[in-house]
Amino acid sequence: MWQVTENDLASIAIGAGILGTGGGGNPYIGQLRARQAIRKYGPVSVLSPEELPEDAKVVCVGGIGAPTVGIEKIRDIQSYHAMRAIEDYTGERATALISNEIGGSNSVEPLIPAAMSRLPVVDADGMGRAFPEFQMKTFFVYGVPCCPMAIADEKGNSVIIRETITPHWAERLARAATIQMGCVACYAVAPMSAEQVRRTAIPHTLTLARDLGRAVQQAHGEGADPLEAILATCPGKALFNGKVVDLDRRTTAGFARGTVSIDGMDSFAGQRMVIDFQNENLIARREGEIICTVPDLICAVASDTGEPITTELMRYGLRITILGFPAPELWRTPEGLATAGPRAFGYETDYIPLKV
Amino acid sequence: MFIGVDVGGTNTDAVLMDGHELRGAVKAPTTEDVTAGIVNAVTELLKQHSSRRQIQAVMVGTTHFTNALLEKRGLSPTAVIRLSMPATQLLPPLVDCPDEFREAIGDHIYMVRGGNEFDGREISPLDSEGIRDAVKDIRRRGARAIAVCGVFSPVDPTHELEAARLIRKVAPDMRVCLSHENGRMGLLERENAAVLNACLGGTAEATIRGIESALELLGIRAPLYVSQNDGTLMDTSFASQFPALTVSSGPTNSMRGAAYLSGVTDGIVVDIGGTSTDVGALVKGFPRESSVAVHLAGVRTSFRMPDTVSIALGGGTVIEREPLRIGPESVGYRLSTDAMAFGGHTLTATDLAVADGRVALGNQRLVEGLEPELVRRGIAEIQAQVEGAVDRVKLSQEDVPVVLVGGGSVMLRDSLTGASRVIRPEHAGVANAIGAAIAQVGGQVERVYALDSGSREAAIADCTAAAIDRAEAAGADRASIEVVDVEEVPLTYVPSNATRVRVKTVGNIASGRLR
Repeated sequence: MWQVTENDLASIAIGAGILGTGGGGNPYIGQLRARQAIRKYGPVSVLSPEELPEDAKVVCVGGIGAPTVGIEKIRDIQSYHAMRAIEDYTGERATALISNEIGGSNSVEPLIPAAMSRLPVVDADGMGRAFPEFQMKTFFVYGVPCCPMAIADEKGNSVIIRETITPHWAERLARAATIQMGCVACYAVAPMSAEQVRRTAIPHTLTLARDLGRAVQQAHGEGADPLEAILATCPGKALFNGKVVDLDRRTTAGFARGTVSIDGMDSFAGQRMVIDFQNENLIARREGEIICTVPDLICAVASDTGEPITTELMRYGLRITILGFPAPELWRTPEGLATAGPRAFGYETDYIPLKV
Repeated sequence: MFIGVDVGGTNTDAVLMDGHELRGAVKAPTTEDVTAGIVNAVTELLKQHSSRRQIQAVMVGTTHFTNALLEKRGLSPTAVIRLSMPATQLLPPLVDCPDEFREAIGDHIYMVRGGNEFDGREISPLDSEGIRDAVKDIRRRGARAIAVCGVFSPVDPTHELEAARLIRKVAPDMRVCLSHENGRMGLLERENAAVLNACLGGTAEATIRGIESALELLGIRAPLYVSQNDGTLMDTSFASQFPALTVSSGPTNSMRGAAYLSGVTDGIVVDIGGTSTDVGALVKGFPRESSVAVHLAGVRTSFRMPDTVSIALGGGTVIEREPLRIGPESVGYRLSTDAMAFGGHTLTATDLAVADGRVALGNQRLVEGLEPELVRRGIAEIQAQVEGAVDRVKLSQEDVPVVLVGGGSVMLRDSLTGASRVIRPEHAGVANAIGAAIAQVGGQVERVYALDSGSREAAIADCTAAAIDRAEAAGADRASIEVVDVEEVPLTYVPSNATRVRVKTVGNIASGRLR
């Protein structure tokens, strides 16, 4: 067990940015919100899945809406309201919270209701990275029902989705409610048991995010190589490094889709890498050959600082290093790949597991 | 004839422009109060040309207001009213501003019901009573200015406008700044921008009045205009209302002057001074603007700013020999005493250029002893640093024209990697003051439209009309106003096809005002 204090938030933001694989949104506001909650209500305890009591009731919360709206109508304590709504509906009190998505700004969402109700958060999440849609969580892939779930706004409105025939339907209905609520809502899923969390969650990811961020920060402080520090913290490998020479980005159906082309430097001089992204980086090709695919993590970081580069911040001329990390085992199974493999994103290619 | 003045950190430059012709140029040291330096430079200029009656207008570019902010000097006690409740409570106004800034302006914070959703619906009806109570409290606490920020005011400014009306009823003498007039999306950043304009207003008004009366004492009765950071001008009352729009006007004026002198409208400008080099891109003759949040004195804002890259490299940059290292230290204004070519003991970038025969400065004999290999490698490294900065500013791999200005540009070769050609215009030393003198009056408006409720054309027409009004408000002759840029960016993930539209207009100085 450890405690999230104000000082950890900057580290978590960097680490969650790396695990966000290009997506996950702007971490600035999420980090500020968590800071305000911790300042007001105190630090939050973090329990590893093994430390959960057998009778634990673990509520997964997350933000739902449009990031471009969220920078304007800044999210308030909707995740607290959603947690209370699902508690009222199910008659079960939450004893811990869990993140839906460690990549990007959703990583810190559970810290807000946790601080307010003095509950711990579980050191785990439902993705181990970032994905664009609600149903893309290991919880649901391995049989945790996504309903009932509650959606709440900042005004005092909440909606219960009692039952849906697939998790995809839950996403559709939740999104419809969210738009009416002004596009900045939060959801809370009916409590999971300790057994369900241990079996279906990606473990130790909040610690990983914090440690990745600390590694980058410490490397800065000591003048050490931040890329080595990252790879020493999380096993993976440098797939490429070079300069961004082309960026083809367009927004379709709410997704930022496109490709980024990188000309190699140092040991990759003379080679080119092209990365396909749909919010997140999904496919990495070196010299035309696919060398890494979703759900493995394809992370772009600044070559000199190790800071994560999101799809939004990508631009011509940046010196970046592409790091690849193997996806958590729960994504590498046939069930996992059916939800989050290359074909789930429309690519006619099989998953090629990254070896490190 | 126009007088253009650029108040830099070290020098105040002034030029006299007769149409397209440069009639005179002087440099005087910048003074702490700004005004004395301007008076000295203009007096010197007028000694060369006694035709003060022919002067039609004076244009001044100054970063004085930014300095006031950095030094927390002369900031008005300022309150913030946010129209948002019950939304956004977790992050109240000024939440991430440095404590010293909050203390300097008094930390008067209010949140009331109001504001809009992304599609224009109200979050809550505006709480008029809450605003009246807040203003009474603000008066009691002695604040002199109020920044008002409504959620999604770039989509619908009605609540902010109504709040301003209510404030003026209760406190007619209060300075009021509305966030939608600074336009950009991002609540905290736009709110902070309004706060900066509000708290700098008093000092801006006093400074501008000081310059005006000083010019009058010199016998110049022409109107005064102030440089905005997008390469256009605003009149003095507009400048008092939006003083923060002057931030970074120095590099902007320099780029505009470089464009004017070289005839290049799309390309890159490299301005090498004594301690640093600014590199920025020109698009249609104006500096490309940055799209990311910027910090001013630790306050995060979304002001439009020129998108420049600065590197610590200039004529005074100190060179270390073993191993070879270029800067980042600089001898700065002590170049003429400390550099080897001037009899000093510090090896500087200028000495390398002198030894290489690129420029005749100081005494070349004093640098003859430098090993040719050191000179060659040093110059190559300087060249590579500038080429790297040029590459960071570019948006594509294509080679583009590069304009070199500033005293330190003599260090560079006539070919640069990434440049289709290299241009060194005449009079480049006063490019910044020329940039101020040649500018037109500008207006820029950015709004968000939910396209479901109207056509794209209607949205652009509405934004264009607002930008034309704004240029007129800033002092332009309405008939001469033209649109120079229209930008349209759809917002991701948002239903109803919300789109951000930005229109920039320029026009000539209204003729009734010219002398």
